[in-house]
Amino acid sequence: MKEQWIAFQTLVRKEIIRILRIWTQTLLPPLVTQALYFIIFGKFIGSQVKAIHGVSYMSFIVPGIVMMAVINSAYGNVVSSFFGAKFQRNIEEMLVAPMKEWVIVAGFICGGIIRGLVVGALVFLMSCFFTHPTVYQISIVMVFMILTAAVFSLAALINGIFARNFDEVAIFQNFILVPLIYLGGVFYSILSLPPTWQNFSKLNPLLYMVNGFRYGFFGFSDVSVPFSTALLIVLTVVLWQVNIWLLKKGIGIKN
Amino acid sequence: MVAIEINNLVKTYKTGTKAVKGVDLTVAQGDFFALLGANGAGKTTIISILIGLVNKTSGTVKIFGHDIDREFDQAKRLMGVVPQEFNFNMFERVGDIVTIQAGFFGIDRTNALKSSEEVLKKVGLWEKRTAMARTLSGGMKRRLMIARALVHKPRMLILDEPTAGVDVQLRFGMWDYLRELNSQGVTVLLTTHYLEEVQQMCRNAAIIKEGEIVRLDSVRNLNKLIKQETYVIAVKKMQPLSGIESYHPVVVDEHTFEVNLNRDEQLNDLLIKLMEHGFDITDVHPKEQRLEKLFLSLL
Repeated sequence: MKEQWIAFQTLVRKEIIRILRIWTQTLLPPLVTQALYFIIFGKFIGSQVKAIHGVSYMSFIVPGIVMMAVINSAYGNVVSSFFGAKFQRNIEEMLVAPMKEWVIVAGFICGGIIRGLVVGALVFLMSCFFTHPTVYQISIVMVFMILTAAVFSLAALINGIFARNFDEVAIFQNFILVPLIYLGGVFYSILSLPPTWQNFSKLNPLLYMVNGFRYGFFGFSDVSVPFSTALLIVLTVVLWQVNIWLLKKGIGIKN
Repeated sequence: MVAIEINNLVKTYKTGTKAVKGVDLTVAQGDFFALLGANGAGKTTIISILIGLVNKTSGTVKIFGHDIDREFDQAKRLMGVVPQEFNFNMFERVGDIVTIQAGFFGIDRTNALKSSEEVLKKVGLWEKRTAMARTLSGGMKRRLMIARALVHKPRMLILDEPTAGVDVQLRFGMWDYLRELNSQGVTVLLTTHYLEEVQQMCRNAAIIKEGEIVRLDSVRNLNKLIKQETYVIAVKKMQPLSGIESYHPVVVDEHTFEVNLNRDEQLNDLLIKLMEHGFDITDVHPKEQRLEKLFLSLL
């Protein structure tokens, strides 16, 4: 067990070194992008929008924009790191070592969570330049941030396992993840939508992540927070098991 | 003690290609063993199964008594692997690559750093420890892979075509280093299609053809299988080749001719005869490597 713990620490250290080595790709871009969201949606358009649940529009979008950065960073970190290791074949360094599958999964996921949390914290700090963000319940904020980063790190690992080229790395992120994020209530409350669209939106798991996270900031949510928490836990467990199974089978990494 | 025990190993890829067709193989601890075969013969597939990069279709494999189906982790701890192609992250530092590999084998950071220093010094890369791997020359990259394979002090080193595409100087250097490791008790298994490599270094060899072992023996015995050998003899001045007709001499140019010796004939007897006939011999060497001849006859 000690051997597996050391291997896990080594993989996490390797991931952190990677994040810091290429900080202009891993930490800087989300800050620039999210700053543009604050300026365009918060300042320019937000000034025309009335308060939501008594909160200014600029403050309302802070949790969503932070969560968007967390999701993109966690996902991007794991998929690029794992596929990069496959592409350069240094994934073999792990496969020839006596590392358990769960150690490989946990190591990559931790890398994703760490980058997600660091970027999320930086974006939150940046939001202080645009508004005075409040935190209603820090524990809820942390639980949603960590679980969401974990879910998307696990999803990214599946993407990385199956990806055969760089196009397949980007497909999920561009064509599924981004639309789900934008339609997940980052910039609006679904209560402002017609009932049909409200019901349609409830099929989007991102809605529960964004709203649970927003609850941690303001104490209100469009959906049930316990249900959102349970959904995140179930998704984490299921995706974890899928990853373990894929690695045990050697799918995408062994001939 | 047996280092590798393979029984009826079969690998059929999803494409339907049967890369390994019921291979049985035993490699003793401390041996210097070669898997010899042409490209596509199945050598790399066999060692990829041993190290866990390819799932076998059927058969059993034991590494120092550990069945890879049940005790693969124990087996992996005893093996170091040097693949044919560079498979490290080109953007990582040399020292990090080796230390990280030690960590993956469960060696704590303090000991990993010590072991990393030891092997990097051994392969002459200690001065390059902070350099990015991509800045190394081809030879240095290959030495880096050897250092990485040795960092957890394995009992067996597996090398897949270690000298493919490397210059002569590096090849000889690598041979010396591998001999030294073997003399320290490390079992060495290598795949190669360089027959000279086998003849110079290995004690035992298996010749693989289309996924099957067609000959398994000591290199010495394999050499004995050669019935006839051709020698190239260089002389200062060509003389009439009378008196050595039984050796079927063939003149190549004005200073060189070739002769064929049967296994029961001694080269020295021929040389004495040539000197008696007034030949001033400047060089004698076999036309082909012995194994090369056998190899070609088997394929």
